[in-house]
Amino acid sequence: MSLRNLRGKSAIVGVGEAGVGDAHGFSAMEILAQAAIRAVADAGLTMQDIDGLATCSSASSMWALPVAEYLGLRPQFIDSTMLGGSSFIAHLMPAMLALESGQCNAVLVCYGSTQKTGTFSRKAMSDAFKLIDPLPYEHPYQPMLPPTAYALAASRHMHEFGTTRAQLAEVAVAARRWAQLNPQACMRDPLSIEDVLNSRMISTPLTVRDCCLVTDGAGAFVLMRAERARAEKQKPVYVLGNATAVWNRQISSMEELTVTAATESGQRAFDMAGLKPSDVSVVGLYDAFTINTLLFLEDLGFCPKGEAGAFVQDGGIAPGGRLPVNTNGGGLSCVHPGMYGIFLVIEAVRQLRGDCGARQVKDAKIALAHGNGGTLSSQSTAIFGLEETL
Amino acid sequence: MTTNDHSSSGPDAVFQDYLAQGEFRIQQCDSCSRHVFYPRVLCPHCGGTRLAWRAASGHGAVYACSVVMGKPGTGTDYAVVLVALQEGVRMMSHVVDCDPHAVKIGMPLQALIIEKEGKPLVVFAPEKLVETSHGAAR
Repeated sequence: MSLRNLRGKSAIVGVGEAGVGDAHGFSAMEILAQAAIRAVADAGLTMQDIDGLATCSSASSMWALPVAEYLGLRPQFIDSTMLGGSSFIAHLMPAMLALESGQCNAVLVCYGSTQKTGTFSRKAMSDAFKLIDPLPYEHPYQPMLPPTAYALAASRHMHEFGTTRAQLAEVAVAARRWAQLNPQACMRDPLSIEDVLNSRMISTPLTVRDCCLVTDGAGAFVLMRAERARAEKQKPVYVLGNATAVWNRQISSMEELTVTAATESGQRAFDMAGLKPSDVSVVGLYDAFTINTLLFLEDLGFCPKGEAGAFVQDGGIAPGGRLPVNTNGGGLSCVHPGMYGIFLVIEAVRQLRGDCGARQVKDAKIALAHGNGGTLSSQSTAIFGLEETL
Repeated sequence: MTTNDHSSSGPDAVFQDYLAQGEFRIQQCDSCSRHVFYPRVLCPHCGGTRLAWRAASGHGAVYACSVVMGKPGTGTDYAVVLVALQEGVRMMSHVVDCDPHAVKIGMPLQALIIEKEGKPLVVFAPEKLVETSHGAAR
């Protein structure tokens, strides 16, 4: 069997979010469950219909267990593969295989984090990571992770291709302009290129405005076989392609700092979908840092290697630009609760359903969501489409 | 030229032991001849399991650089670099004896071993500085 046979065989039938921004007073599990309830209700299902579960967390090594327990699930399919922020896009393929084989009928993919307001703060987590995810050939040099890793990649992109800090800033400004069209986005104040350049430097060449937000938030979606999906409440959003690639964990082990494994995940996902970049109407790229967006525009084939700086210039990916990218405001301006991947899927689904109000991309038929995890380490690409694209 | 057949400790420990003796050694695969960093029990290029410990030349150049900013005015900014070693491998490190903001991609570097928190650590200095103030790196 070719993966091509899985094209369009599964569809997302419900999405939900909770605790986006500040979930003060709630635990990560509580907002995860609220997002799950919303996704299940959005699909017109009940929690009893869910017989597959995919979830993971940075803060718990056995996270699928308490999630199944809390939601009262007895899943016949469980995936808790932890690849960092790309995880919830990478969870698509095993879920599709499980659905296609008949192992289960409705998979809930869910995530929640209270990294902003919770007791397990970002600082505590960063200290814990040094023990549970040791990087013995990096930690002694005190890189501020993750920003320094991405800053190193940015330094290389600037060196090799003449990319400028102003071009990096364009990515943050575009994200903010989209966020201003999204009432749910956390950061909606005006932001100029000068504001980004003049904000506090974190790890050169990245300022605090080149870095994603630190927020709370939970997201969930429900995936079903296409023939079942058509019977549900919402317009199904079909998975046309999905692929995941991992080449390294540490930034110091990356072969080329300006070429990520997204070149592989993107190619495989496009092959499965039988599509090319120019077919895509709306794009979501995991923008943990401004350099990410440039790297992924190139690696996924939206522009040639080295040319993403020019591609994003003069509002190239902002509202009204040449390509709508990160229309919810992205990790830079909408929401970023530790791992952001699931929100890329949710925004792709909403765009294809036409639910996006002021930020709606006209006639959106094909959406791409690209997740990144670790420090440019794991890459997962998904391509979604409406019924007419099957 | 020691081979990696120490029965009592793994490559991580062997690397540290060499550093403690003042030697910066990296592995080279017997099968494909490529150098390997960080130390491993197999070659990530070809899967070979015979890896020899070679004395590193210590010569390298800045491949990528980021200055981590400390509190303004405290002089605590420091440069984190990826160094391309002459042997064709890359490692994270610090550049010492140099204004962190003066570190540039392509700058030639020379390795030296310092002690940090009771452990030996490979750092780098601009190549000329090493010759004048530190002597040849070991």
